[in-house]
Amino acid sequence: MTSPAVPIVIAGFARSPFTPAHKGDLARTRPDEIAAQVVRGLVDRTHVDPAMIEDVIMGCTFPEGEQGFNIARLVGFLADLPLQVGGVTVNRFCGSSMQGVHMAAGAMQMGAGQAYICAGVESMSRIPMTGFNPMPHPGLAARMSGAYMGMGETAENVAEAYEIGRAEQDMFALASHEKAAFAQDSGRFTNEIVPIRTKKGHVFHDGCIRRDTSLEDLAALKPAFAAEGTVTAATASPLTDGAAAVLVTTADFAEREGLEPLAYVRSFAVSGCKPEMMGIGPVKSSEKALSRASITVDQLDVIELNEAFASQALASIRDLHLDKDKINIDGGAIALGHPLGATGARITGKAAEILHRTHGKWALATQCIGGGQGIATVLEGV
Amino acid sequence: MNETSEVLQPINKVCVIGAGVMGAGIAAHAANAGAEVVLLDVVDGAAEKAVQTMLKTQPAPFMHKNFAQRIVTGTMDNLGHVDDCDWVIEAVVERLDVKQELYKAVIPHLAPDAILSSNTSTLPLVDLTAKMPMGARRSFLITHFFNPPRYMRLLEIVTGPDTAPEALERIADFTDRAMGKSLVMCKDTPGFIANRIGTFWLHAAVTEAIRLGMDVERADAVLGRPMGVPKTGVFALLDLVGLDLMPHILSSLETALDADDPFRQLGAAPDVVTTMIEGGYTGRKGLGGFYRLKTDGGRKIKEAIDLKTGKYAPAQRPNPPAAKAARKKGPRATLSHDSPEGRYAWAVMSKTLAYAARLAPEISDDIDSVDRAMRLGYNWKWGPFELIDKLGVDWFSRALRADGQDVPELLHVASGRRYYRVAKGQVQHLDFIGEYIPLKRPDGVLTLADVKRQTRPLARNLSATVWDIGDQVACLEFHSKMNSLNPLVLSMMNWARHELPKRGFKGLVIHNDGRNFSVGANIALLMITAGLRMWPVIRWILRYGQNTFGKLQRAPFPVVGAPSGMALGGGCEVLLHCDGIEAHAETYAGLIEAGVGIVPGWGGCKELLTRWASAKDRPGGPMPPVMKAFEAIATAQVSKSAFEAMDMMILRPDDNVVMNQDRVLAQAKARVLAMAVGYRPPKPVEVHLPGPSGEAALGMAVRDFVNKGIATPHDATIARQLAIVLSGGDTDPLDTLGEAEILKLEREAIIALAKTPQTRARVAHMLKTGKPLRN
Repeated sequence: MTSPAVPIVIAGFARSPFTPAHKGDLARTRPDEIAAQVVRGLVDRTHVDPAMIEDVIMGCTFPEGEQGFNIARLVGFLADLPLQVGGVTVNRFCGSSMQGVHMAAGAMQMGAGQAYICAGVESMSRIPMTGFNPMPHPGLAARMSGAYMGMGETAENVAEAYEIGRAEQDMFALASHEKAAFAQDSGRFTNEIVPIRTKKGHVFHDGCIRRDTSLEDLAALKPAFAAEGTVTAATASPLTDGAAAVLVTTADFAEREGLEPLAYVRSFAVSGCKPEMMGIGPVKSSEKALSRASITVDQLDVIELNEAFASQALASIRDLHLDKDKINIDGGAIALGHPLGATGARITGKAAEILHRTHGKWALATQCIGGGQGIATVLEGV
Repeated sequence: MNETSEVLQPINKVCVIGAGVMGAGIAAHAANAGAEVVLLDVVDGAAEKAVQTMLKTQPAPFMHKNFAQRIVTGTMDNLGHVDDCDWVIEAVVERLDVKQELYKAVIPHLAPDAILSSNTSTLPLVDLTAKMPMGARRSFLITHFFNPPRYMRLLEIVTGPDTAPEALERIADFTDRAMGKSLVMCKDTPGFIANRIGTFWLHAAVTEAIRLGMDVERADAVLGRPMGVPKTGVFALLDLVGLDLMPHILSSLETALDADDPFRQLGAAPDVVTTMIEGGYTGRKGLGGFYRLKTDGGRKIKEAIDLKTGKYAPAQRPNPPAAKAARKKGPRATLSHDSPEGRYAWAVMSKTLAYAARLAPEISDDIDSVDRAMRLGYNWKWGPFELIDKLGVDWFSRALRADGQDVPELLHVASGRRYYRVAKGQVQHLDFIGEYIPLKRPDGVLTLADVKRQTRPLARNLSATVWDIGDQVACLEFHSKMNSLNPLVLSMMNWARHELPKRGFKGLVIHNDGRNFSVGANIALLMITAGLRMWPVIRWILRYGQNTFGKLQRAPFPVVGAPSGMALGGGCEVLLHCDGIEAHAETYAGLIEAGVGIVPGWGGCKELLTRWASAKDRPGGPMPPVMKAFEAIATAQVSKSAFEAMDMMILRPDDNVVMNQDRVLAQAKARVLAMAVGYRPPKPVEVHLPGPSGEAALGMAVRDFVNKGIATPHDATIARQLAIVLSGGDTDPLDTLGEAEILKLEREAIIALAKTPQTRARVAHMLKTGKPLRN
């Protein structure tokens, strides 16, 4: 087994409630404001000395409008972080804030600082997916339609290629809601959620979970992306507003500062695939990350596999031979929502938290990424 | 929004009590009028439910979905809401005791100047106020709205001897200007005006049909269009309002009317109707009515009931000679037609018109009130007295006498004359003692019909006319078929552009009295030219329209569009080129060219694009205006009110919505005069468009729509052509594009589309069926 020269830990995890875009309770709150409250919440809860933080790395997939300028730097100001703390905005679409964790870990290997806030944010209410000014390269768009393909169409492609039927997708979605509702009822989100102040008062709870849904309800829905397709609004993650953040530090720093590490970051990887099949991105990236951590799938105790769509999650599970019982035990993005830039930080933080809570040994957090990529992180229990 | 009178205290807050269909509809329309509204109901949650239901109802009670937020809901426990209301409207069940109890509870909450009114349709004011203290009587009146309150323009008003003039004046001002109603003062008699005559007419039509053995289809064929009545005629109208309403009204009139009233002589509801109601056949809301739609293997078949047997059979579409006769020779030809249909029509209409003439002095202030009530409350094209004028007063009297019917006094009064005449440039009507008096119009009401009676046109051709509407303002009227646009209309625009300044005119209003502003360009021309592959001719027509609209836009005088009803396609493009718009609230505007397989080609793409580009709060960059215009045009979006047209940027932020149709022309004229002071025509607009990158982005959206099955293959072809126009062709975002370049792209897109057989199929289908083809 290869271990990083400088052991890196996840030393804290916080997020905002995730609420449906346009009609949810966070729709009318600026994304930089949501992110700043989460970052401040993380600092306050972990008691990390903010002056010791090297940088704020903010994942965001459409960094324009209210998410524009350099939102990471502005969030630092809004969260009252000391001026010497840096801020950089990162875009790898859905993998953006997991990428932040990787960058922080890499930088610390180089001796560049001892503590990073790796956050992510997206208001899908306020900044449309594709942004305000989608202007694809016309030549590329004509030559390679997958390069700019809508995510729904890629989910249909995966469903078709893997012969994943409607019923299987519906059952997967229903399970996600049931797990999320159970987790919410058991108070498993209480510690991670930072209530967000809005003009209409504080928002405390996730808003996308559907407790009252049933297989019959799901079966009644029309396909959302292709007239004859199998993917519906219910088997796709909903458009969501929210932010998440993890505190990533060297193990030494955590110990010295009296922080409570949740997990070690042991390895990570990115990989590319056909853009029109972007949903299977987790397969190659996970294989690479597992191999770099010198472990096999069987050794995993905890798996956080982002549920962009039921079809791609099921395809990735099949190719990676994952144990379904270990996946997304507190619910996934179909139930909780998928604020694009924030999800990477959420599932990395969530994997670490579950590992810590269940005293597990190994965890994998992995995501597919629009444009045809995958990203994966392997964590080890403390 | 609307000019409001300065002396009167405004009505800002309105409370409606009773959240049934009428109460809720009135509340919604008060919200449309800009008031803060409280809607209360005795049942907990009923008011809120009514508001939610109305948000889904079609045709929509709200002119804009946001207006629902102006309504606060509650129960009778929340009468505290009444304390600061200016007007409280009672719309509860038609029971005197219930209403009197309610007034007792409400009156202590009324603010000193507040007005209380009832929406009763049957109960006399004298009974409603019987137990009221004097103070409350001063502020009480009946305001009788028609269903649906947003769309029916009639408002009947009844005041009592104690009603304070100020109370009436304030309600009249608000309901006229802010709610857009046309007010008819009624005397305190049963059923007031419209329903007294209207239900007599309906009841007579049913009883006479049974007596004369007339079937419902032929009855509607002669009583509909030939009499200037919507083609629903009588039986289809009864289906719409609900058959069960009739016995209710009949019994209430039964008790209220004298035994010798002709209404009572018509008799009770026929057995067949009673049986239908008992069986649940109450009309469209029930299992069916005189007509019903039967679904047979996915096909819908219209059936009609046999009044003798009560059995349904597929409905016929008769066009009896008695109905045809009216087309050339007017209603008299139908009523004197020697055929079963002619005799039936005479039986119903002679009784109805005679009843109106007999009643008029008892129920109204003048014949104009009766005619307006029937036109606006029952959608008759001509009121009873206008109809009698068409028949001839003396002919009608003779015919009544020959039929053994009484000739009412008011017919004797008019003997040898007409009820209406134009004298000294003034429309006059007979009063009840036989003197001609001028037709009264409220202040600020100007109709083109009146202008036409009083002046000669400045210029005229087969499709358009320019009128002098006074104060050096001209009005361009379209009167082609459905006010469609053709080269003749364009030539009249060019005439106006060149001649009006020479003649000292300050500006131009574009307006007409028709039901619709304009349904768009005459596409028959496109069909013929495309069929013959006369591309240069199509180019010429496009260029002619573009140049004409452009010249009007840059004319040295202001041009104000004053639409009402549909303003579609080319009609919408006319508005987009106006310097200002004063739109009737019921304006349905949109660029719907995609429905006939083309894109807007008279500058509509250019104008919508530049309007969005100059929008203040839009996100930056070249794409947002392109995407907004693309969405509206590709999906052929049509506004369901002028307020929605404002959202769609067809109206600019400084344009106005006029609630009362009769005030649109006057307000547009006033706008012209205001703009004319120091007027400078707008400068040509320059824009930065995204070019091929934008086209690629829109292409992706089109692809998604096709995948989802929302867009047909030819929809996609049209959308791709539209994408080229709106993205600016092969421009670069750093280039500046002028109007000429965008107009050229419009022309090229239309030529490209006209060359496809699918577009030609769409045009042909629209001309044949009036509906878009989805190929």
